Amino acid sequence: MEQWLPKLPIALWVDDFVNWLTTNLEVAFDGVTTVLESIVEGLVAGFGFIPSYVFIILLTLIAWKVSNKGIGLFTLIGLFLVDNLGYWEPMLETLALVLTAVFISILLGIPMGIWASQKQMVKNIVVPVLDFMQTMPAFVYLIPAIFFFNIGVVPGVVASVIFAMPPTIRLTILGIQQVPADIIEATEAFGSTTSQRLLKVQLPLAMPTIMAGINQSIMLALSMVVIASMVGAPGLGADVYRAVTQIQIGKGFEAGLSIVVIAIILDRITQSIGKNKKQGGTV
Amino acid sequence: MTSNPIKIKVQNVTKVFGKSKKAIQLLNEGETKNAILKKTGATVGVSKASFEVEAGEIFVIMGLSGSGKSTLVRMINRLIDPTIGEVLIDGEDIVKMNKEQLREVRRKKISMVFQKFALLPHRTILENVEYGLEVQGIQKETRSQQAMNALKLVGLEGYEHQYPKQLSGGMQQRVGLARALANDSDILLMDEAFSALDPLIRKDMQDELLDLQSTMKKTIVFITHDLDEALRIGDRIALMKDGVIVQIGTPEEILMNPSNDYVERFVEDVDLSKVLTAGHVMKRAETVSIEKGPRVALQIMKDLGISSIYVVDKKKTLLGAITASEANQAIESRQGLTDIIKEEVTTVSPETLLTDLFEKVSTATIPVAVVDETNKLKGILVRGAVIGALAGNNQDINQIHTAQSEAAAGQSAKEVKITWNNGSRNSQ
Repeated sequence: MEQWLPKLPIALWVDDFVNWLTTNLEVAFDGVTTVLESIVEGLVAGFGFIPSYVFIILLTLIAWKVSNKGIGLFTLIGLFLVDNLGYWEPMLETLALVLTAVFISILLGIPMGIWASQKQMVKNIVVPVLDFMQTMPAFVYLIPAIFFFNIGVVPGVVASVIFAMPPTIRLTILGIQQVPADIIEATEAFGSTTSQRLLKVQLPLAMPTIMAGINQSIMLALSMVVIASMVGAPGLGADVYRAVTQIQIGKGFEAGLSIVVIAIILDRITQSIGKNKKQGGTV
Repeated sequence: MTSNPIKIKVQNVTKVFGKSKKAIQLLNEGETKNAILKKTGATVGVSKASFEVEAGEIFVIMGLSGSGKSTLVRMINRLIDPTIGEVLIDGEDIVKMNKEQLREVRRKKISMVFQKFALLPHRTILENVEYGLEVQGIQKETRSQQAMNALKLVGLEGYEHQYPKQLSGGMQQRVGLARALANDSDILLMDEAFSALDPLIRKDMQDELLDLQSTMKKTIVFITHDLDEALRIGDRIALMKDGVIVQIGTPEEILMNPSNDYVERFVEDVDLSKVLTAGHVMKRAETVSIEKGPRVALQIMKDLGISSIYVVDKKKTLLGAITASEANQAIESRQGLTDIIKEEVTTVSPETLLTDLFEKVSTATIPVAVVDETNKLKGILVRGAVIGALAGNNQDINQIHTAQSEAAAGQSAKEVKITWNNGSRNSQ
């Protein structure tokens, strides 16, 4: 096919834009790097301070308390296995990375979701951006992330946030807009202000859905750990990545299994939190 | 009719969903709802509705689904903004109010009860009832107290810590009612409030509402698609069709004088026995004073061609009845009326619905007496007239004013409202 239109220089534009950002917003990026790095390192140091068996018992008790005996038992055996295989340190690093990414996802995602649920205009802009964030291959924004945040754990966290935040936002919007119209009408009829309606009615009723979104965000953040390790993020992902590059099938399986254990524990615990909120007669 | 102040005044209110300008223009040219929908794609929800509701009145807006009744009631507290028109609450036009003022009106003056209850599932019953007070920023103790009082009124004491899901439909709607009452606002909007309940519970709730209303004297706008419900609880009824109010009147007016074919078709299946009362069908009672002798009594009976007569004192207080044969015996044995009077006679009050007096009328040997609360004789129930009234024969239905003045009784507040345009009386 003959080229009747010269190729659009999108690649060039993006390069220019990233260069412009790197030079002009260096201070901001440095600030973000420092903050994220200290959060992750703080978490790793904090977790590392606790002896592994205490940590295992604590998490087992939490899992038992929030969900049930079975999950508690699984947590006990699973974490013991991870410790036994010698992946305790990397597991803590992965946990710190995931929790940081999810924490930021919640911090940014829920207010964004609330805003979008109230203003159709905002929703019209946010939703396509979310589609973009989720479908653009994660490797693609790893490249600029290195420019902005160097290599290490920070670009990993940033990439995880970009990838993991959309479900929190989406399900916050959904949860709020799912509140039945007649209930909204009733709160209006009794003279609620917008914030009263939001805090007393919409958010509590949307909570199970929002929790499902957070659960999804955690799972997505976990799925990013291997990719994040490619820009130098430490943790189980790095072990998997190393095993892949060195074709060590057994080691790769061990590290992968450890990720699965963490994933299941986090998934079941957060799901149970969502369900507990449902008790007491919520929809 | 105008004894009470006007609480709600709806003036020329129109709601158009969609392109309103063109639709309103067409509406003013007299186009129908369907024609406007075809031409502009806009739906006329309510068209030029005007009515007034007095303080303390139960005003029922009735119509089938799609008639615009729910839209109309939502314009009274502006859950739906009218396209044009005025809605005056205590003389203030809420259509012109800003958000702040509107919120104040909703908090203090108007409460609402919803068809599907619209309770907050994550809050206890007490917290639900408190909601309206909570948004006003009222102290925890005060609002709990007020909410508990409201729960007591609807008979839900002891359920305050349950959640809505744990209650039956009827109880949930009581919570809805309590929530509306807790605010102590003058106006209650009830949007098909009892329509989601099964028939028996619905009837209970209607009775309870009437009961509460007799002490609280709220101004109630009640939406329903059920004519029986409208007739039961409404002081006045507005009948809607295709967004237009086709007739406003008391239940009797609407039943006996339908303003057009639509209303007539609507009301033709109504069970008149649940609308008409003893007062409507009673005939003038022929009486004899207790001081008179049996001869006089017998003479009166002979003149009128009747076989029994009621005996009263000077103040028309019912004392009893005598029959012609008893009068005859008294004359022969030289007894007075006091000796032969039969004191056990069947009586009903003028407010008794026909449906409740069939048995008495059918088993009584002499016409049943209609007496007021001071036992003054106001009329009698003749079987033929009762059946005639049920058949819709207007001649058998009294113009209450006339009946009362003839019976020389005082007028109670409720009866003042009832006026009949048609109903010349038969002489007995």
